[in-house]
Amino acid sequence: MEVRWEVFLIIIGAAFVTFVPRVVPLMILSRFELPEGIMRWLSFVPVAIMAALVGQEILLHDGKISSIRSNVELLAALPTFLIAIKTRSLLATVLAGVISFMILRLFM
Amino acid sequence: MRIENVQLDTFVSQKNEDSFINGVKACVPTLLAYLSIGFACGVVQKTAGLSVFEIALLSLILYAGSAQFIVAAMLVTQSTSMAIIMTIFFINLRHLLLSAALSPYFRQLSPFKNMLVGALLTDETFGVAMNEAAKKKNINEKWMHGLNITAYLNWVVANIAGALLAQWISNPEKFGLEFALPAVFIGLLIISILERSKIKLDVIVTIIAIVIAVGSTLMLSSSLSIIVGTIIAATIGMVVEKWK
Repeated sequence: MEVRWEVFLIIIGAAFVTFVPRVVPLMILSRFELPEGIMRWLSFVPVAIMAALVGQEILLHDGKISSIRSNVELLAALPTFLIAIKTRSLLATVLAGVISFMILRLFM
Repeated sequence: MRIENVQLDTFVSQKNEDSFINGVKACVPTLLAYLSIGFACGVVQKTAGLSVFEIALLSLILYAGSAQFIVAAMLVTQSTSMAIIMTIFFINLRHLLLSAALSPYFRQLSPFKNMLVGALLTDETFGVAMNEAAKKKNINEKWMHGLNITAYLNWVVANIAGALLAQWISNPEKFGLEFALPAVFIGLLIISILERSKIKLDVIVTIIAIVIAVGSTLMLSSSLSIIVGTIIAATIGMVVEKWK
């Protein structure tokens, strides 16, 4: 049950700097009718950020760009993309991804 | 009159309850990712010397996967508290973009209620919420809480389970579930592209975001690269759409 004082301060500090960017845009921007250009820009944010996250998850290893030849993640991503397009179901996509990854790792 | 009001109230609360439950259901596909990564995160934090209680506090108060891995890693390398907090600030700065993109859907709420919506915002719940918004043109507040709280509880439970079982698990990566997270992101990306009728433009935005988010890691940290890739790709999407 021990919590070290220094660790507690790190938790509080880290939580604070995480909390502020999470809530401030929602609290402030939802007050205004945003200009059309900004609304248009915001409409591209979900696709852009998910793509950026997918790219790093698949192509980076320990923060470095991984080689294409031995990249199990990249190979497993192909059937995952196909199932996502075919089913449009998040659950089916996750299961397809995990199963493909497990099978591929048996052979690589 | 009073009876009518009562009936209306029960009708409304019934509807809100349905929305909350539907939000819980919408979270289900992401649970495998939350549980597996949360479990791995618990193991890593325990191995880094954090106590079970500290890990519970981290997942309850900080509630951010990559940030918790960083805390563990930086405690091992004996970084200063300030360095750890600054690093986490930059890693989680992308939440600004998520929060801003959600804001048009919660215009009817007070700032305090918007704070509650944003407090538990993650990449995954954001992606699920934007898919809901694309389908229904709006997001119900109770639905959003159902989604957020389900993800939150699963994350906390998985972290604690990982911390408690850490001594029996030397290498959590053996279990092969680490592809659950990329698969969630792939699913959310594809579904959000297919829900909008801008496939060509979205594919261009996707490719630009991937190239920049990966390429700029040669110069920047990976979390800054996410922000830079997102901002540039969304800007190009906006500009190209205006031209047409």
